[in-house]
Amino acid sequence: MSQPAVVNIILGGIGGTGVILSSNIVADSAFLAGYDVRKSEIHGMSQRGGSVSSDVRFGEKVYSPLIPDGEGDYLVLLHPDELENNLYRLKPNGVVIDISLIVGESRNLSLLNDEKYLPVNQKNFNICLLGALSNYLPIPYECWQKAIFLNLSKKVHEQNRGVFEYGMKLTKAFSIK
Amino acid sequence: MKKLMFGNESIALAALHSGVTLGIGYPGTPSTEILEYFSEFGGRAQWSPNEKVALEVGIGVAFTGGSVLVTMKHVGLNVASDPLFTVAYTGVEGSLVIISADDPDMHSSQNEQDNRNYARSAGVMMLEPCDSQECYDFFLEAVRLSKEWKFPVLLRPTTRVCHSMSIVEYEDKEYIPVLPIKYNPDKLGRVMIPGYARPAHRRLREKLAKIKKWNETSHLNKEITKSEELGIITSGVSYLHVLEAEPNASVLKIGMCYPFPEEKVREFVQRHKRCIVIEEGDPFLVENCRYYGIPVEEKPEMYRFGELNVNRVRRILKGDTSPEPPIKRGRPPRLCDGCPHRAVFTLLSKTNCIVTGDIGCYTLSVLPPFQSIDSCVCMGASITVGLGLRHSLPPEEAKRVVSVIGDSTFIHSGIPGIVEMVYNPPPTGHIVIVLDNNTTAMTGMQEHPGTGKKLNHEPTNQVVIEDVARAIGVENVVVTDRISVFEKALEESLENNKTNLIVVRKMCALLRKKQQKNVKQEVIGDKSDVSTGGS
Ligand SMILES: Cc1ncc(C[n+]2csc(CCOP(=O)(O)OP(=O)(O)O)c2C)c(N)n1
Repeated sequence: MSQPAVVNIILGGIGGTGVILSSNIVADSAFLAGYDVRKSEIHGMSQRGGSVSSDVRFGEKVYSPLIPDGEGDYLVLLHPDELENNLYRLKPNGVVIDISLIVGESRNLSLLNDEKYLPVNQKNFNICLLGALSNYLPIPYECWQKAIFLNLSKKVHEQNRGVFEYGMKLTKAFSIK
Repeated sequence: MKKLMFGNESIALAALHSGVTLGIGYPGTPSTEILEYFSEFGGRAQWSPNEKVALEVGIGVAFTGGSVLVTMKHVGLNVASDPLFTVAYTGVEGSLVIISADDPDMHSSQNEQDNRNYARSAGVMMLEPCDSQECYDFFLEAVRLSKEWKFPVLLRPTTRVCHSMSIVEYEDKEYIPVLPIKYNPDKLGRVMIPGYARPAHRRLREKLAKIKKWNETSHLNKEITKSEELGIITSGVSYLHVLEAEPNASVLKIGMCYPFPEEKVREFVQRHKRCIVIEEGDPFLVENCRYYGIPVEEKPEMYRFGELNVNRVRRILKGDTSPEPPIKRGRPPRLCDGCPHRAVFTLLSKTNCIVTGDIGCYTLSVLPPFQSIDSCVCMGASITVGLGLRHSLPPEEAKRVVSVIGDSTFIHSGIPGIVEMVYNPPPTGHIVIVLDNNTTAMTGMQEHPGTGKKLNHEPTNQVVIEDVARAIGVENVVVTDRISVFEKALEESLENNKTNLIVVRKMCALLRKKQQKNVKQEVIGDKSDVSTGGS
């Protein structure tokens, strides 16, 4: 697939949904793949249920840590309510990756309690979405695995690998015109 | 070595590599993680009760020849400004680097003051890093400059620098802290009575003139020569936005903004047809250019507010002053479920009280559903502003005034307010409610003297808030963890015309959760987001 000089990924959610850690994993993966990387986040009030978002940019050379409005390539949504806040930052045809990939249009998080989604559950679906994101990015699988290994508990690494791979099989992200 | 790091992390690493004797400060977003990282890396780090205390302890260490890192957020420097202005006169023996982490756009602050103005008014060198690599390099350079000139240095990262990650290249080094062995007195240099301070002020200005000369050719100011049509003068993170927004322009990036490298800027301006200054916040570089008679274009006033970004830089270059699309800020923060502050504010919003508030999580109670606080100015002001209201309102109105303050804030700057209350009691007395959740919750759960634990959570002596109040002479002191007891104590206090202090002591819900599962998380969820803070 052809990639622009800089790849722009926005991660959006609310406090407690794992935006910061997910963006660390994306940034570390890109770094391990040898790219220049910049990541920015606003987490000032995140612990109190406020909106949290993080920008990850990678490529040959990246300057601003912030993705200019309307230039985001991908939006990974960790909370369905945050679509509205972040959509304007995507470029035309930007790709949204959210929980609808797993549970369908209802975007109902609690559906993930159903065993049919295992090993994905309500707590780890964000790793699953990163797996889906990875399909679009020129970052080798091993770099993702290493980044996950570095950022999360080693004890459940094998389970997380399964969750990530589940995400890699999901393809129907929706793009915005 | 090459690593992806936060600005705050790379400052801490540079502190380690430069052998900082002591890292000291008071929490405040976006500066807080610097000392936490420094401690984690093995450095000696301490929280002080407030920024003035931190800087003064730092000055003492630097007087002995030690190497000091002092950290605070921008408004913290207001509190520490008293020692700042005079340490510029005395200078130091070792090195003293003060981090002022500014917060343009007030992501979690009560104002967006631009602390470059402090550098100029106090007469202290200031360096402005644009990313994590520069945080690392500039910190090392700041230590070197401080040692060479025996003079404090301010380092001013902003939220986007502190809380952004970028790649840092460095040489790994062992931590070998500077450890002074004996005190070398210098009464003329350090005792600032007028007779000694007058020559000290002259010495300061002479030093600054020499540093200015050095800065004219210093490697801290970077130039990219491209088109002769357009030259952009910039500093800090704005530099990165500029490189992306206008790749064809020549750029002069000012790394040391004070003392201002006048000749360097003048020469750059002369070589370009159009020269514009692109800087976040106040027109600091612009005013310096004006002072030295260097003709430059400045950004329209509307861009003084908030942060800059690539879109805004493009607009500035085009002279676009049409209204900007409003920033979508998403859902506002709120008091956590299970937050012990909730019960207090539920009660206060039902009473007919006038509530002078303070800064902390509890400030969020101004939002629905509570809407219960009536003022919030700066840390500590709840008690004192409340006293002012009591002094000036007629008795029936005055009796409704209560002050609400958090435990960390009480220690930070609430105690002098208690002294004021005891010394100048209003005729109707006063009521101070201390919301003691056993932590500095707002900034991400740091220890403070009231928790009895050090920065690294090891036990130390505890300052007991109610004992302090009793010792100062507050007439009625109540401590409780029960809302019914609190309600009764409040009712009585509203009528007794005495000085009252009610401590509501119940642990922060997040802290309780954290203590319960102090293990590395297994999935993304909880930890990373909730352990960070704001304000
Ligand atoms: C001079 C100054 N220093 C630091 C800060 C950052 N800050 C805001 S509130 C706060 C302390 C909050 O702790 P506490 O009073 O215990 O209230 P809590 O958040 O725990 O409810 C701090 C450090 C500030 N606003 N001003």
